[in-house]
Amino acid sequence: MYDAGKIIIGLVVFLALVSYPIWYDAARGDIPTSADPKIVTAEKECVAPTDYMKDSHMDLLNQWRDDVVRKGVRVYTAESGRKFEMSLSHTCMDCHSNKSEFCDECHNYAGVNPYCWDCHIEPEEVQQ
Amino acid sequence: MTIDRRKFIKTAGLASLAGLVGKNVLGQDVSDVIEPGSFDRLSGLQSPLQARRWAMAVDIGKCEKQHDCTKCIDACHLVHNVPKFDNPKDEIKWIWKEPFEHAFHEQENEFQKTDLIHSTPLLFCNHCDIPPCVSVCPTRATWKREDGIVMMDWHRCIGCRYCMAGCPYGSRSFNWRDPRPFIEDQQKDFPTRMRGVVEKCTFCDERLAVGLLPACVEACDVGALVFGDLEDPESNVRKLLNNNFSIRRKPGLGTQPEVYYIIS
Ligand code: HEC
Ligand code: HEC
Ligand code: HEC
Repeated sequence: MYDAGKIIIGLVVFLALVSYPIWYDAARGDIPTSADPKIVTAEKECVAPTDYMKDSHMDLLNQWRDDVVRKGVRVYTAESGRKFEMSLSHTCMDCHSNKSEFCDECHNYAGVNPYCWDCHIEPEEVQQ
Repeated sequence: MTIDRRKFIKTAGLASLAGLVGKNVLGQDVSDVIEPGSFDRLSGLQSPLQARRWAMAVDIGKCEKQHDCTKCIDACHLVHNVPKFDNPKDEIKWIWKEPFEHAFHEQENEFQKTDLIHSTPLLFCNHCDIPPCVSVCPTRATWKREDGIVMMDWHRCIGCRYCMAGCPYGSRSFNWRDPRPFIEDQQKDFPTRMRGVVEKCTFCDERLAVGLLPACVEACDVGALVFGDLEDPESNVRKLLNNNFSIRRKPGLGTQPEVYYIIS
């Protein structure tokens, strides 16, 4: 193999450069490795099974929105038979009143920024 | 899923610009492409107010006697987080007043009951039977519900303002600016709107759903506003209309308003 040394050095330099952002963050110690949403409510269950909520709460919210605004249906019956008003500001945020430690915690991690709060009013959070 | 209205419109705008310039990359022609506090909402939802045809009757005489009263307007604008702008060009209004000759253009005579000529009737969205705003809305963000309410879906409004051009009554307002800083007493029960959407009265669909009358009707303590089901012969509006002379705004246009003005 010709110039094996140069090639290997070149590769090492290349890899170091390419992975620089990862090193840099690791050195500064602020890589978010997972999101840790905090549950503050005394309730035990969400409006749907936790796994479904993790994956598909945005679909559920879209469903609620269309049911309420377009179909005029405002009551949601959970699998447990419990009834909820289909409302973002009331229902979701009554239990998850810690928006910044719950919704935002995941969304910042995932890099999503739902625009719902341009109109829907965020719960007032107590500053610690 | 992460695309919001503004981004969508920007992209759509750019895409149509590309379309104007000629062909897109694929070589196709793209040009064708409630009550705060203790009110229990859940039990309210079990007894909603329902109708086959909602209508409002405004008794101009009764209202006019309350010189400069704005209780209904204040109540409506409070519960719906309607902003107050100083510049009339930015104005957002769900209920407002206008001189008789403006409100009832072509229905005023040179000589007419003087108190009527000098009145400033309350104006709302007319919730027309044949609503021109609905026909022109390209996204179905506004449509007519089975109970006659001309509804708004603020999630779908793209701010094209066709509906404003279509509405002959000036019932729709456009958010030229972010309304949030101009809302005096923000109510958390009803979402605000954002820059770039149109808004108007929805006969308080969110209150009817929990068994409450529209906020304006509740706020009027002289009974000048009567709300009810026109298809129900026993309803108060129906009786009022049967027993009194009433007019509607711009009847010649054929939009069939569901807001009636009692002349007594
Ligand atoms: C009755 C109270 C209550 C309501 C109402 C409620 N939640 Fe929950 N939610 C919970 C609880 C309790 C959990 C944790 C369940 C568990 O630990 O298994 C949870 C879990 C979740 C999770 C998963 C969090 C994780 O740990 O990964 C999401 C996402 C979520 N909720 C979103 C919502 C949304 C969106 C709404 C409105 C549509 C809503 N919740 C309404 C109580 C509620
Ligand atoms: C377990 C983590 C987690 C929690 C907790 C969580 N979300 Fe999400 N949410 C996500 C992820 C991840 C996405 C992006 C999904 C995608 O883009 O496919 C998302 C997307 C959304 C969207 C759609 C965003 C868009 O731009 O279309 C909405 C709306 C939303 N979340 C609302 C909420 C609300 C309200 C809460 C708090 C009550 C909440 N979420 C809590 C993880 C979470
Ligand atoms: C342009 C302003 C605006 C934006 C942005 C917006 N909403 Fe709404 N939303 C409203 C208004 C106004 C209503 C109330 C309609 C009514 O009851 O007449 C509403 C009602 C709803 C409702 C049912 C009633 C309630 O109290 O929650 C749901 C659910 C909902 N929106 C979900 C969402 C979600 C999820 C998002 C973000 C992905 C969102 N909305 C973004 C204005 C907005």
